[in-house]
Amino acid sequence: MLKLVGLLAAGLVLGQDPVQDPADAAPIVNPGAPGAATRQITASQAVDLSRTTHTAEDVRFMQHMIVHHAQAVEMVALLETRGSSPAVRNMGRRIALSQEAEIDLMRNWLLSRGLPLEPTDLHAGHAMAPAPASGGHDAHAGHMDHGAGHDAHGTAATPTDPDEIPLMPGMLSPAQMRRLAAAEGPEFDRLFLQGMIQHHQGALDMVDELLALPDSGNDPMLSDFLSSVVADQSAEILRMQSLLSDQ
Amino acid sequence: MFVRKALYSSAAAVAVLLGATSVMAQVQEIPVDARSTLAPGIHDAAQAAQGMELEYAVTPPPGFFDPDAIFAPPTTREEAEAMRANPPRYSPLALANSDMAVSDGKLFVGNFNGFNIYDISGQGAPELVVSVVCPGGQGDLSVHGNLLFMSVEQNNGRIDCGASGASGAVNPERFRGIRIFDITDIKAPRQVAAVQTCRGSHTHTLVPSADPRTLYVYNSATSGVRRSDELSICSDGEPGTNPETALYSIDVIEVPLDHPENAAIVNRPRIFADRDTGAVAGLWMGGRAGVSSQATARTNHCHDITVFPELNRAAGACSGNGILLDISDPKNPQRISDIFDPDMAYWHSATFANSGEKVVFTDEWGGGTSPRCTAEAPGNWGANLVATITNGELRGRAFHKLPSVQGANENCVAHNGNIIPVPGRDLMVQAWYQGGVSVMDFTDPMRPVEIAYFDRGPLGERLMIGGSWSAYWLNGRIYSSEIARGIDVLRLVPSDQLSAAEIAAAEAVQMDEINPQTQTRISWADTPDVAGAYLDQLHRSEGITGDMHHQVMGVIDGWRRGRINAGAARTAAASLNEAASAQGVNPIDAGRMKALAEVLTRAAG
Repeated sequence: MLKLVGLLAAGLVLGQDPVQDPADAAPIVNPGAPGAATRQITASQAVDLSRTTHTAEDVRFMQHMIVHHAQAVEMVALLETRGSSPAVRNMGRRIALSQEAEIDLMRNWLLSRGLPLEPTDLHAGHAMAPAPASGGHDAHAGHMDHGAGHDAHGTAATPTDPDEIPLMPGMLSPAQMRRLAAAEGPEFDRLFLQGMIQHHQGALDMVDELLALPDSGNDPMLSDFLSSVVADQSAEILRMQSLLSDQ
Repeated sequence: MFVRKALYSSAAAVAVLLGATSVMAQVQEIPVDARSTLAPGIHDAAQAAQGMELEYAVTPPPGFFDPDAIFAPPTTREEAEAMRANPPRYSPLALANSDMAVSDGKLFVGNFNGFNIYDISGQGAPELVVSVVCPGGQGDLSVHGNLLFMSVEQNNGRIDCGASGASGAVNPERFRGIRIFDITDIKAPRQVAAVQTCRGSHTHTLVPSADPRTLYVYNSATSGVRRSDELSICSDGEPGTNPETALYSIDVIEVPLDHPENAAIVNRPRIFADRDTGAVAGLWMGGRAGVSSQATARTNHCHDITVFPELNRAAGACSGNGILLDISDPKNPQRISDIFDPDMAYWHSATFANSGEKVVFTDEWGGGTSPRCTAEAPGNWGANLVATITNGELRGRAFHKLPSVQGANENCVAHNGNIIPVPGRDLMVQAWYQGGVSVMDFTDPMRPVEIAYFDRGPLGERLMIGGSWSAYWLNGRIYSSEIARGIDVLRLVPSDQLSAAEIAAAEAVQMDEINPQTQTRISWADTPDVAGAYLDQLHRSEGITGDMHHQVMGVIDGWRRGRINAGAARTAAASLNEAASAQGVNPIDAGRMKALAEVLTRAAG
């Protein structure tokens, strides 16, 4: 006579959250190094631990990069009506396609790991909103600080006006976005290329920053993604620099 | 089977060339049976059983199961490319269950992600006591008193049991070797030692010593050698260019039981050395012995070692060879015999018969993740090789493979098992991955035969890795550690191949501590079931006359009712002894008659 034992399988089959262990469930523990104490952990931590590893910084990187890429797509949308150079327009369309594909990849990476798409340290819609609440800045100030590269790429030195502060390295500040949206013809093309080079350079800095952290970028899919971001954006920067010098 | 003729010739050629013995027995025809085409499913696959029944199926505990963690290896080039482009979020076998040990009513089940401890002292289903997360695979476990030993071989193992992995070629946080946990507080095992080894630890074996305060551990490690800047004692290479190579040895770890934190490697014996020249690489150098022979692995490590301390012997399943070691000095094991066979791809594990006169070696052809029990697979490849030991010499006698064609979606090959203590017979229960659990009778080493089985359909509609990793007889039940599905508890049920008395005699054997690779000699109390077991065997083999059967049965029945007729018992014993000495009696039956006579004589007082 067979008796099927164990609540977990039933829980999974019914789609229940396996984290909600019954109160009398056996403990799950994680020992430390020899001599160190053993600590209690949750079922979801136990499964998390067994996955191909990713760190909290990996997750934050993906969430941020979605916002970062979304601005590039937004910039290309402006290009369609305001630019004048067919070469710049073609370049922009290629960028939008590749950024959109990468956004999909990043969303899938997060979704398939049961992770939120939006970072907890950015306000929803922040990236698109022209004038964020000041609290938003405080929340991500730390991130801004270690985005050391951005000053070198054209944003104003030590800006204090929130309107001049980009959300993350290389992104256009709300004021820059407004200036771009107000421009037309060759002037637009120039601002677009400068802005997009700054934007791409920022993405490369974000990758460098991530890889400098211990244990980051180990997830095989993430690691592949980082390589392709570096390769694609570096190539696009070169192409845009050449277009800029032709102008 | 289809390659047999050629195999005969290649085997004979090798035997001449190397002086190696080869198994010439007829190759098994593998039939299609009730197990061959069972419906798939993770938790609802169809089942088939004979001679045993599933008592409990314990699904994996919280934190040790995720359907996405079941490893589906690519089977085509396209699938391999797709997997590279889009790697699964779990590493292969991330949550796989592995080997088991028992102590003090607790079942310890290894897992690539740590281990789980169950209480099996009650009558009901195993009850989870604690889950321990400590990744590193494969999680082979042994237990001794308040210490639990665990094998760690993967690069992601960390000294602190952490799960963040250990990246890079050299990482000071990396741990590969043997962890030792103090399990005094069973709900919170504490790591007390972590002995780093050059090739990590694939399996290990506890070896008791004459000094009760000292325990030895033989570490069998199969993977790559670590860089010396990560672990200074390690260097790679063939012995011709690097005499100090970490290949071609096992690790002997000494554990001072009062101070397990001082456990350390004390020897790395060159057990494969040529006995005449002393050359470190003295056994099989890899490759095929003949054109149609199996490609056999190079003997530069053991995959698993089973010790039988009462006999001072160890049997090593050492990639390209089976070896026999003298372990009178456990710190310095000495090889006394070795065998090679052209049909063995990878010598994987070894199990002694209770007499110590036979060893069952398994061949893990394909490494366990391949379907090797299909109709196309030869009946003597990926099988058991039953060997005998005569005057300290191993000799291969017969192959035995799971006698059921399995599907292409079922990884299947010979794997871990141990002895079922039925007096008068050599029975071994064994895991065959998704081939299920099978009981082999190898009493006659020339004619091993299956007498019971349990099997499920595959996990899914494609090859997904699962099935029984280890199936062990542990104090009266078969426990099967199912890679993906959890723990199965199986009960033997009487059949024409195994009687109620034989089962009862085996179930009565209880041990406080069981580490299947550390064998102890089983002895049986004098009970009506033990006597009945011998009698049933003699009846089954038609080894005694109907009259004598009737006579002994009467004595045993009286004994069962609480009163043995001493006079009748002595008379029956005398008749049995006389029959045993008669000419032409099968020696196996003669042994049973003598054993039965002894039981009856002692019972008569």
